[in-house]
Amino acid sequence: MPQDLIRNFSIVAHIDHGKSTLADRVLELTDTVSGREMREQVLDSMDLERERGITIKAQAVRVLWKGHQLNLIDTPGHVDFTYEVSRALQACEGALLLVDAAQGLEAQTLANAYLAIENELEIVPVVNKIDLPQADPDSAAADLAELIGGSPDDVLRISAKTGEGVEGILDAIVERIPAPVGDPEAPARALIFDSSYDQYRGVVAFVRVVDGSFGTRERLRTMALGTRFEAEELGFFSPTMSPTSRLEAGEVGYVITGLKDVSKLRVGDTLTAEAQPAAEPLPGYKDVKPMVFAGLFPTDSDDYPELRDALERLKLSDASLVYEPETSQALGFGFRCGFLGLLHMEIVRERLEREFDLDLLVTAPTVAYRVLTKAGEEVEVHNPAEMPNEIEQIEEPYIRASIIVPREYVGPVMELCNDRRGTFDHMEYLSEERVLLLYELPLAEVVIDFYDQLKSRTRGYASFDYDLAGFSEGALVRVDVLIGGEPVDALSLIAHRDGAYARGKQLVERLREEIPRQMFDVPIQAAIGSRVIARETIKAKRKDVLAKCYGGDITRKRKLLERQKAGKKRMKQVGAVEVPQEAFLAVLNLDGGKR
Amino acid sequence: MTTAAAAGRVRHLYVHLPFCAHRCGYCDFVTVVGRRGSHGSYVDALIGELGLERNLLAPDLETVFLGGGTPTFTDAQELERLLSALPAGREVTVEANPETVTAAVAKQLRSCGVNRVSLGAQSFQPELLRVLERRAGPDAVRSAFYYLRDASFENISVDLLYGIPGQSPSDLDRDLSEALALGPEHLSCYELEAKPGTRFTYRHGAELSRQADAMETYFERVVATLTASGYRWYETANFCLGPDRAGGRDLRARHNLGYWLGRDYLGIGLGAVSTIEGVRRRNTPRLQAYVTAVTAGAPPPRELELLDGHVRSRERLMLGLRLDDPLLLEGVASAIDRTALGRMERLGLVCQTGGSGGPALMLTRRGRMLGGAVTAELLA
Repeated sequence: MPQDLIRNFSIVAHIDHGKSTLADRVLELTDTVSGREMREQVLDSMDLERERGITIKAQAVRVLWKGHQLNLIDTPGHVDFTYEVSRALQACEGALLLVDAAQGLEAQTLANAYLAIENELEIVPVVNKIDLPQADPDSAAADLAELIGGSPDDVLRISAKTGEGVEGILDAIVERIPAPVGDPEAPARALIFDSSYDQYRGVVAFVRVVDGSFGTRERLRTMALGTRFEAEELGFFSPTMSPTSRLEAGEVGYVITGLKDVSKLRVGDTLTAEAQPAAEPLPGYKDVKPMVFAGLFPTDSDDYPELRDALERLKLSDASLVYEPETSQALGFGFRCGFLGLLHMEIVRERLEREFDLDLLVTAPTVAYRVLTKAGEEVEVHNPAEMPNEIEQIEEPYIRASIIVPREYVGPVMELCNDRRGTFDHMEYLSEERVLLLYELPLAEVVIDFYDQLKSRTRGYASFDYDLAGFSEGALVRVDVLIGGEPVDALSLIAHRDGAYARGKQLVERLREEIPRQMFDVPIQAAIGSRVIARETIKAKRKDVLAKCYGGDITRKRKLLERQKAGKKRMKQVGAVEVPQEAFLAVLNLDGGKR
Repeated sequence: MTTAAAAGRVRHLYVHLPFCAHRCGYCDFVTVVGRRGSHGSYVDALIGELGLERNLLAPDLETVFLGGGTPTFTDAQELERLLSALPAGREVTVEANPETVTAAVAKQLRSCGVNRVSLGAQSFQPELLRVLERRAGPDAVRSAFYYLRDASFENISVDLLYGIPGQSPSDLDRDLSEALALGPEHLSCYELEAKPGTRFTYRHGAELSRQADAMETYFERVVATLTASGYRWYETANFCLGPDRAGGRDLRARHNLGYWLGRDYLGIGLGAVSTIEGVRRRNTPRLQAYVTAVTAGAPPPRELELLDGHVRSRERLMLGLRLDDPLLLEGVASAIDRTALGRMERLGLVCQTGGSGGPALMLTRRGRMLGGAVTAELLA
């Protein structure tokens, strides 16, 4: 199709603001799929996505409207996937900025809207859910116009649920969003904006052709990674896979690569033809690195092989997941896994438990530290237990957080950010009621229950988004925990020097509550290096006997002891001390409401 | 159920008499309140069941034990009828509640061949006895004891409970010295167990868990006081006069010793348990079902449990470690977790000895205080 008849767009919206419903209406209205055969919300295919109301993997759907080919590129909706969102946006010329008429702008919408504006996309502002009784379309429209610098009259008002105004959107896409302007004669270049893994067909790349064209059976190559393969099949989604012989400049579609390893194909990489390769890749490729790390251990150590297999299989469809074997003296064999962020971690954990039926113990999340040792060696540390002893300098990752709250909660939010070593950057009234706060925060302070705290201090009204702001030096120390004199690797944590004493004290107090009394005194210490900063003692039991045991109740007493023994087997042995697994989660819940 | 080979070998007989005047709040034994009219038919049934099982018993029984319930609450004539129907034994014990022991009852028991009485005193503090819902006051406890002495009982055991809600350390000391003042040959001291589902736990459970820490030292206190007074702490909860004060008699409860040494025993009566040749069986706890079956000449409904070799070793370990005598490793070795044994030895809770009978295990004094936990640890 000639490029001037093509429009590529995505929808930027907050969770629950109606993106998927709008996509459904668009499919119906363009006869791409009939209402009857349509599963509710076609685009979200994974169960998990449907349940959590978020879209993890982007997909693209082609529809026809008044002689034009419209490609709707779905973007993931969460902060952990900012890079993926930016690649999806780069594949478009325009974006619908969709806002709930009752809820107004949210931090996440704002972040993605800025991302769209940075990518020089044409923004079509839309207020959704105007059918709701509590809707305030005028005020939402005014906010939107203010944000993108236009007139409130240009803001479309629709109800994706009833279908009201949706045709107007399709017309606006054709009228307002520019057509692609690649060179159809140049050597072929396509942006890989997403990929997925199919059990039978291998890795599927989602691409936006920028220059030239691609044909079935051509030999292709990715320019950054240099992966070579033959295009087994080309096609587009409408909304199911529709094979085609060629993908032309300006078009969006998929390429079945036949590759068996999803990590061979990176989002943001440029695809070109081997026969006549392009000289330059498309701009913007980044190697995304995981920022949040946690140890995953099977609750039952016999499940280790199952966990390993499950991670291998998950990795096939999730290139951003990284993992390596980890051995903890307390928790046994497991894996240290790297995630893009907290949500990514949650998704991986849920998929492991749900799709692979595993029972997992997840250690407190930590971040990637850059450490310069006294010996002049630079190392990246993903696990507090591996923090070297002789440290010259530690750098930790920082984020730029945008938080939008009703103005009465500004105080509590600022207090929370200050507690978490945040640096205030900027505050802005988005409307009379809603305030945008910008803070720089160490990621380490965010990975442990920051989001929960934010929600509880604002009665759920705060919305939160972040992107990575780079690394800065911090006065950080490793706090070790010793139980009965034995250091417990799984309980080590890295804390700011000023907060180390408080964290250590909290931790040992918590452990004293969690660890049952033993047959001997058990000291619990928190230490920085060889200096003990906090100590508690679990006093030895002085009696533990079955009061009486005669002929009538031997069976019952034996079973009591057998149960007691079985309970001991479920505990982790640290030296001579039996530590229940829950105690290892104490670090995770340290802050739970107490801070 | 029982093999021919077992015939004539069992040397310990237990007889259950379930009747009580009332049910104490903390009790979870098989008991039947009141029902004076049933005593006769119950004793008939006991004698009937004994007839069915008689071939299992050795001609010379080592021990006979009448437990309850409150055996001495049973109608006097019926009790006498039962006692004369039972085979003789070297140790014949009857459990008694103080308020049921009169001079006449004491004499009757003695004349029927009973030579040991276990007296359920529980406490000497009126307030604590009320909490336990016991009917006897401290004076009744003492007079019962003297009636028994007057009837020339030379082996009397006194039961005490500690850890009673509201019991202070000095209350415990008073109970111990009052019991010692009577000079019993034997003492059983139990920590009060708040058993789930009892009325007592419902009423006092919260208070008991509140005072658990404060009462943690009571066990040590009991052991220290009694051993200092010349008693031998021969079993977790049992004490008897030491050899120097016993005139050469072994005053350990020989019937219970049978359990702790893993001997076979026959139990007859309501809810009674027998363990014979690796089979454990429990009679029905329902009075009507029991009496009906046995009156018709059939064994009572029973639950059976087969004890394989492994289970038997575990029980031997569990029971043997309650005693102060070393437990021979032979026969229990397969039940022991060797790593745990090493750990327990290093902690000074267990020691291994090599006596004449071969290598053996013993709990240290502190190990005995933690006997339950140590045993659980040692179980393979």
